[in-house]
Amino acid sequence: MKPTPIAVFLAFTVALFLLLPLIAVVPVSFTPARFLSMPTDVWSLRHYQALLDNPAWLQSIWLSLRIGILSSVIATLLALMFSLGIWMFRPWFGSLLFGFVLLPMVAPPVVSAITLYFFLTTLSKVNDVVAYDTWVGVAIAHAVMIAPFAVVMVTVALAQVDRRIDLAARGFGASVSQRVFKVILPNIKFGVFTAFFLSFVLSWEEIGVTLFITSVDAVTLPRMMWMGLRDNIDPAIAAISVILIIIVITVILAKTAVTFKLSRKT
Amino acid sequence: MKSDRLKPALLLGPLVLFLGLAYLVPFLGVMQWSVTLPETGFSQYGKAVSDPLIQSVFLRTFRICLIVTLCAVAAAYAIAYVWVRGTPAQRLVTELCILIPFWISVLTRAFGWVALLSNRGLINTWLQAAGIISEPLTMVRNEFGVVLGMMHFLIPFAVFPIASAMRSLDERVFLAARGMGASRLRIFWSIFVPMTLPGILGAGLMVFVFALGFFITPAILGGGRSVMIAELIYLRLFQSPDWGLGAAISVILMLIVGALLVLMLRLVRPNKMLG
Repeated sequence: MKPTPIAVFLAFTVALFLLLPLIAVVPVSFTPARFLSMPTDVWSLRHYQALLDNPAWLQSIWLSLRIGILSSVIATLLALMFSLGIWMFRPWFGSLLFGFVLLPMVAPPVVSAITLYFFLTTLSKVNDVVAYDTWVGVAIAHAVMIAPFAVVMVTVALAQVDRRIDLAARGFGASVSQRVFKVILPNIKFGVFTAFFLSFVLSWEEIGVTLFITSVDAVTLPRMMWMGLRDNIDPAIAAISVILIIIVITVILAKTAVTFKLSRKT
Repeated sequence: MKSDRLKPALLLGPLVLFLGLAYLVPFLGVMQWSVTLPETGFSQYGKAVSDPLIQSVFLRTFRICLIVTLCAVAAAYAIAYVWVRGTPAQRLVTELCILIPFWISVLTRAFGWVALLSNRGLINTWLQAAGIISEPLTMVRNEFGVVLGMMHFLIPFAVFPIASAMRSLDERVFLAARGMGASRLRIFWSIFVPMTLPGILGAGLMVFVFALGFFITPAILGGGRSVMIAELIYLRLFQSPDWGLGAAISVILMLIVGALLVLMLRLVRPNKMLG
């Protein structure tokens, strides 16, 4: 049963709706004016120039990169160990633990935000490294938020591993670490990489929690964008948005092309 | 035997411990705030339930979330249908249109709506240039903008459960209906839609739960005029330091979401959602 023309029309209307705001950003980023507007006669690159001239933008990008890497390393590592533990030992309380570690993903972001605000402000009283408005503090908070996603990704990858190869390794007397490093990990390395990549992207984009746990020092890129969006909208936001959109589209098109090529080969 | 028990603990322990210390304990701390600030007792909960301002924010949040859920699920159904059952070219186009917005940050997407809808934005500039309107239409900093922005954010999330429900259908059922003389429309409404109902309900509940805790999109597109519950918590915490009340509202929100999640788990089996 192929879709009727009406169904196709409706679907493409929705598709257009999904793309529309992303397209709208492009002309606005070339406005010569200092406020949000459409360019009329001249198109200008001044807002792209502003991104380079204002060190705050580059600093926030560098900060977001550091936070993204630290938090996704922590989250992926902990999630990998956890998912392996559940998969290999299948403890009877496994589903209970699984539900618990997914908590930051299913709780409303604002509840997680106030919770992590409590966590970091409390820690601020005893140290200045993992604290409110520090980059390590933000990275730890992000790790909390993205770990459930990493757990889901690694668990999905593990679900596709044939248990019999692990059983065979066990039967031949392989130790737990040999089973992990020689048998299981080689089979899920793509899933682990996907988990790491997704974790990084989620941290890179995180704003809901970041807004609660930073003020003036740990200004991540999303936080910087948020400040430019609140009152008088700075068209530099349009310029940075265009760059981010281009990166996403390039990555997705590249991935689609690779999948397409692979599917034709097999 | 001892090492057999120790090894699972070594693997499972770190994440559980990490989330216990960085999430569960602080959440208990927030609960403690809600009953101790500014005074001990449940007065903040009483205030959160009886204060007409907070009541109106709760009502507005429910109303917006309901509208957004209905619209987003309907739109997701339309695009998922072509994504699952269309020609290869149609599938590719719809897939890209679902995935690209999905990976773009909430800030960029909300800003896109501002660029589109604001007084000097794309739509108003064009309509004015075409002479259709003389004064710009007010489309942001009100509920209209919030609903559009939230729909845009949530449609991709609604697509995935609906599409997986559509993929699991048995093609022979439609052939049988066809053979017995049912029209395409009748097949769609009497067979296709009822058979994908679990996906629709799962998507609807998920979108509703997500929408309840929404903060960024309403804050940017609502412009402080149509405050939703999450923004109210932010304001109570940072603008009128009223931590006890903010914490109490958070706990209430968590309870509502928890109840909805339990309902969702009964409707859609969790192992299906993961796969």
